Amino acid sequence: MIATSLSSVLLREEVSAPLELLHAPNMDAATLKVRNLNVHIGEQSILRDVHVHIPSHKITCIIGPSGCGKSTLLKTFNRLLETQPGARITGELLLNGENIYREGVEVIDVRKRMGLLSQRPCPLPMSVYENIAFGCRLHGTRGRRKVMRKVVHYLQATGLWDEVRDRLHTPASRLSIGQQQRLCLARGLAVEPEIILADEATSALDPISSRIIEDLFLRLRQQYTIIMVTHTLSQAVRIADHVIFMYLGRVVEEGPASEVLHHPKHKLTQEYLSGSFS
Amino acid sequence: MRLKLLEQKIFRILMIGASCLVLGVLLMIVYALLRRGLPALSWEMITTVPGGGFYLGKEGGLLNAIVGSLMIMAGATILSLALSVPVVMFLNLYLDKTSRLAYLVRLSFDVLLGVPSIVYGAFGFMVMVFLGLRASLTGGMIVVSLLIFPIMARAMDEVAAMFPKEMKEATLSLGATKFEMVRVVLRQIAPGIATACLLSVGRAIGDAAAVLFTAGYTDSIPTSPGQPAATLPLAIFFQLSSPVPQVQDRAYAAALILTIIVLVLSVLSRWFAHKYQKNKVS
Repeated sequence: MIATSLSSVLLREEVSAPLELLHAPNMDAATLKVRNLNVHIGEQSILRDVHVHIPSHKITCIIGPSGCGKSTLLKTFNRLLETQPGARITGELLLNGENIYREGVEVIDVRKRMGLLSQRPCPLPMSVYENIAFGCRLHGTRGRRKVMRKVVHYLQATGLWDEVRDRLHTPASRLSIGQQQRLCLARGLAVEPEIILADEATSALDPISSRIIEDLFLRLRQQYTIIMVTHTLSQAVRIADHVIFMYLGRVVEEGPASEVLHHPKHKLTQEYLSGSFS
Repeated sequence: MRLKLLEQKIFRILMIGASCLVLGVLLMIVYALLRRGLPALSWEMITTVPGGGFYLGKEGGLLNAIVGSLMIMAGATILSLALSVPVVMFLNLYLDKTSRLAYLVRLSFDVLLGVPSIVYGAFGFMVMVFLGLRASLTGGMIVVSLLIFPIMARAMDEVAAMFPKEMKEATLSLGATKFEMVRVVLRQIAPGIATACLLSVGRAIGDAAAVLFTAGYTDSIPTSPGQPAATLPLAIFFQLSSPVPQVQDRAYAAALILTIIVLVLSVLSRWFAHKYQKNKVS
């Protein structure tokens, strides 16, 4: 209740401040370099000799047929894969030049620097407000006023504020699927990451909600580096700046979207794009 | 063809019969309790402690046993929760599904679940004698908490195992530690925890053997944790073995009170579970 009244106060004064005030656009936002990455789960080899370079302030789409290791690659970026029993990861992953798999690197810090948007929206079992406040508090935002400011800010950033402003304290599970996914995005952004990872983030959504998420990504790329796995080629065509094509655990082709999607060099890429297999 | 129809009919009748038997047994218990207990149940019964000659049919009530039972139940439930929440979180968040330790701990739940309550009572009694303690409220609470721990932990473990992998990943990717994830898990499984508590509370308040030697019996309401405490199951036991018919009737009244308490708790916890269901993400 207090938070609701606070929100109306905030709404009048400070919250209308532009996005930049809370999260200054980091001009040299994160780049990610993967060197010689190999992943095994149990005896099975999932990723082999992966080398990629992910540019900052761009939307990088990872495409490829099912089971080619797209999602696995994405999960190695924020070191989520190692929570899976039997996973062995070797190689280097340089986040702004620093290897995140080096010994002594705090896994919490790595995860905080990357927000993950999963295939199906997965709100936490709390209210809309608490969903975003949870992450803020984890990383040291204290005080109701400060937390509320962030909650409102990130709800606005994802265009959800007007839809949920009266329902901040209802359970997040009552929102529509599309709203839930935007809430998850807001929740991820509220931790103030440098990179957004999206794992087929629109595949469970209706076309209109998917388009909203895509538009958000196009706007957010000014401030973040975005990496998304997608199964929909048309989506990659619409929003990708940079494309990585994978096949059977290997990176087949990588480069600017205009090259890979329109003038692929590799035969496999050509076949995939023309729809010979999927 | 006719044989098949006959077979169908016979089994249908058998199934209906079995279902009616279950319902009938429940109704008979309720009937017996009401028939003998209700006339003996009075305001005095639930608001006063036994007076002189109570066990010969004179005035007094069972407030000592009601309060004692509620205290032991509450104490044991809290103690058991304090023990089972960490154990279940450790099993589900910190250990792998294939972990040997997890297997052994879960196996010990099952073994403990099969141990009869009198054995818990005897074990508790032995420890108390060793430590030089008398039968007391605290002793009863601890032994009953041991008795209900496997029930609670197992029920909780089952719901905790259903915690969605996606939610685990979502929480971790926010940069949460496993310890911080516990809060999310607890909120997700809150209805399951309420159910686990209900299951064990019913057992805690109804058990006579575990409290016989550990909590003792007294005619007054305990005022400190070191004093012995009376319990409803023992009140039933002692009064039922009396030759005086009025006292026997009071045993049924005590049984009726016990049943009503369990019923109220069950309704309350259902309401509670429903209230906390709303945050759960399916």
